[in-house]
Amino acid sequence: MSLTREELTAVEELPIKGDADVVRVRQSMRSAAISAALSLVDQTKAVTAASELARNTLIHGGGGVAQIETVSAQGRRGVRAAFVDQGPGIADIDLALTDGFTTGTGLGLGLSGSRRLVDGFEIESVPGEGTRVVIHKWAR
Amino acid sequence: MDRIPILKIGDTLVVTIQTDLQDQIAVSLQEDLSERIVETGARGVLIDITALEIVDTFIGRMLSTIASISRVLDADTVVVGMRPAVAITLVELGLSLKGIRTALDAEKGMALLSRLSTADDDQPDAPPARSAIGE
Repeated sequence: MSLTREELTAVEELPIKGDADVVRVRQSMRSAAISAALSLVDQTKAVTAASELARNTLIHGGGGVAQIETVSAQGRRGVRAAFVDQGPGIADIDLALTDGFTTGTGLGLGLSGSRRLVDGFEIESVPGEGTRVVIHKWAR
Repeated sequence: MDRIPILKIGDTLVVTIQTDLQDQIAVSLQEDLSERIVETGARGVLIDITALEIVDTFIGRMLSTIASISRVLDADTVVVGMRPAVAITLVELGLSLKGIRTALDAEKGMALLSRLSTADDDQPDAPPARSAIGE
């Protein structure tokens, strides 16, 4: 899946089973973003995207895990986070990535909005098996 | 469960969000604030988010909902202290924070609420002045 060879550091794996876990994912993403020397604005974007995706994992995926790590590739540092669930999956990913599309009572900006906040965004989903979203944010 | 304290200063309820906000605590805040507005007859709600490191779609929606509920209960809401990085992120995320008035800090927010409250009292039935251009 990865386009470049990335040097991985220790991966932090966090369960996502409740509201408090979403907060822990934000905190862990913040620490990773700081250690990858992202600017304050980029840290905020990365943490906000992680918050949206962790909540999706909780609400739509029925819970799952987040894997957060700092990475470096071609001399650049950054953060990578994967959000994995074994929930119902997404039938139409293009539709799910449309601004304003929602299956619930939300604003329909979680997935599409978080994609705008990061540099890399990959989503794989198999109906009935689960969803995996991976994001990257690089230091400038 | 933790709850966010609500202070009353004159006609205004003041909420300072100091924690990394959990979704359920945000929902409790909506309910607590609605009750306190009715209980106290407050005309304004000031929400200080200086300590909030992010505002995502859930928190943004919570702020919009609080503003709408307050409006129905005859109180104005002003959100103050948004960090610049949070503002940039919000706009990129696509959140418009409909119906929310903002001020840079608590002092300016209190001044805005006092102007709004005076304007409401002067012209209870008049629609807000608005330019017709572009409508």
